[in-house]
Amino acid sequence: MTKATREIHLPQIGDEQLKLLERLSNACAVSGDEGEVRKIVLEEVRPYTDEVKVDTLGNVLATKRSSVERPLRVMVAAHMDEVGLMLTSDEGEGIYRFESVGGTSVYDFSGKVMWVGKEHLPGVIGLKPIHLLEPAEIKRQFTVDSLRLDVGPATGKVKIGDRAAFATPFIRQGPSLRGKALDNRLGVAILIELVKHTSPLIELQAAFTVQEEIGLRGARVAAFSLNPDMALILDSTPAYDLPTWDVDENVRYNTRLGSGPAIYVADSGTLYDPRLVRYLVETAKAHGIPYQVRQPGGGGTDAGAIHKQRVGVPSVSISVPGRYHHSPAAIVRLSDWQHTMNLVAIALIHLTSKVLDGER
Amino acid sequence: MKSLIQKLVETPGPSGYEAQIRSVVRAEIEAYADELRVDALGNLIALKGRGGTGGIKIMLAAHIDEIGVMVTQVDENGFIRFTTLGGVRSYTCVSGRVRFLNSAAGVIFMEPLDDMTKVPSIEQLFIDIGLSNNQDSPVKVGDVAVFERPFLDLGDRLVAKSMDDRIGAAVLVETLRLIKDTPHQLYFVFSTQEEVGLRGATTAAFGIDPDLGLSVDVTGSGDTPRRTKVRMEVSLGKGPAIKVRDGGMLADRRVVDWMVSGAERLGLPYQMEILEGGTTDARAMQLTRAGIPAGCLSIPTRYIHSPSEMVDFNDVQQAVQLLVELVSHPVKL
Repeated sequence: MTKATREIHLPQIGDEQLKLLERLSNACAVSGDEGEVRKIVLEEVRPYTDEVKVDTLGNVLATKRSSVERPLRVMVAAHMDEVGLMLTSDEGEGIYRFESVGGTSVYDFSGKVMWVGKEHLPGVIGLKPIHLLEPAEIKRQFTVDSLRLDVGPATGKVKIGDRAAFATPFIRQGPSLRGKALDNRLGVAILIELVKHTSPLIELQAAFTVQEEIGLRGARVAAFSLNPDMALILDSTPAYDLPTWDVDENVRYNTRLGSGPAIYVADSGTLYDPRLVRYLVETAKAHGIPYQVRQPGGGGTDAGAIHKQRVGVPSVSISVPGRYHHSPAAIVRLSDWQHTMNLVAIALIHLTSKVLDGER
Repeated sequence: MKSLIQKLVETPGPSGYEAQIRSVVRAEIEAYADELRVDALGNLIALKGRGGTGGIKIMLAAHIDEIGVMVTQVDENGFIRFTTLGGVRSYTCVSGRVRFLNSAAGVIFMEPLDDMTKVPSIEQLFIDIGLSNNQDSPVKVGDVAVFERPFLDLGDRLVAKSMDDRIGAAVLVETLRLIKDTPHQLYFVFSTQEEVGLRGATTAAFGIDPDLGLSVDVTGSGDTPRRTKVRMEVSLGKGPAIKVRDGGMLADRRVVDWMVSGAERLGLPYQMEILEGGTTDARAMQLTRAGIPAGCLSIPTRYIHSPSEMVDFNDVQQAVQLLVELVSHPVKL
């Protein structure tokens, strides 16, 4: 390889990228029903990859081959699905009982507006008006089971099994972006950009996965079939960098907005490969890209399934921090998105099998 | 063998960070193995024997990781908040000491408790490494530490941190050294990340694709003072325990019988083990690919997951004798 072909071309966030993220965020892809996002992904990546397939579970597996012989085969994964709800019984008059899909609680659903089914029909999860509440009821803890989704009578277009997602149109607010499902449409947007605008020496196995929010199910079969040499997982992790009202000290902030990409060391599913963590940290330092280490603890990414496939896959995760994930609206910083994309793009461009020399 | 045990228990190796303990084990077995390799998750895999008539592929696993802690925050006064690697309980932490992999050391203590009758949560604990602020802290978010406690030799009884499962690793090292001849291909796996969910054994078993799997790990005992009637039928000093079941596995009946008849043939004491909670690498082996016969030879252990885990040296030596006998002859299940 000559030096010229390895020149770094960093994807920049412009109108095209913002429009794509808007489309991705506004699309509905509650776990198990990812078709709408998958359609966008296929349109975007097809012209730029050597092979694209949709597997049995619905993962999009797009391979971009390398010009070198026996290249390092790197799976880069981003999940397409989002949390939401599924209609479970029809109580008449357009009123539906539902169950939550993915990690959400009654707080996320109470009093919220939703987009229902493939046509994004408007629905409301109503609450008893305050006028009618007895004082004791106000303090009562209620459950998802006691809530109902109201889509109005006689639409004829809603049926049991339909999913609903939070009805939050994407907007930009100065340095911030607000939208639903930015966990993990940001990862999807970054991965699309990497496929389109970088030509790394590695073989890029772009995996847009399904059913992450309900147990990393898509990633598991994707990694088995791709059988990569290593994996990099793109996701979005909560930033809880807020003043706290119940204790003096916020010791569980997870990540902070505006502090750059969050590199994982450990979460409930994975103890990340120290060689790859070190590589990302050193790459960030060498190129002056801000980064933060996500606080080790609970939660997890597709890595939890990927790193245990077959004989084991060295893995690392990197996230764009975002406030209020798994709720109707998340807030992220444009700068964190750009820095994450820069770090991943540079890391992939310089990546060789040397990174795995030496034992973990 | 006691000096081997001491060396293994005093080397740090928290889950996911087994490089140091792996190199200690490797130095102990290098001269005895026919092949050695380390896989993607850091498992050390040693092959003994090339196979022969009546021989099969046997995977023997003992995990070299131990429970530990990982830093989540260094606050402005230099106090360190942490999360756990594996099943660490807060009541075994308070006033204990930890050693980081970069050799920084500290003491764990807790916030003042509102209610002294309740066990504090891990979130209420912190590590003090003697700093007065977080400038130039030798310890950063994501760094790992293990409990520090020296090896204690009480004669028959041995006490240390990380007996779980360095005692199993010691049994495998000793077994490997003593084997003279075997018809089998014996894969000795010093596995990683067991304490966080059998992760190393999962990928090692897939790679080896064995015909039979056996883990050597610690199990609980029911021979300490208690005011309830419920007790486990395993005691220290009554021989190694042959696992029938635990929280994650029903041992293959044929593997159980194989171990029992081996012990009877040698006239070794043994105990049958039924463990209510917890599981071992044998579960990962049993469920690999299309499934294999699997079981576990256990070392009865008191105070598991505390910095002072106690085993009986006779049980340990008898486990080695039994294992050498079992893998030196053809296996008929």
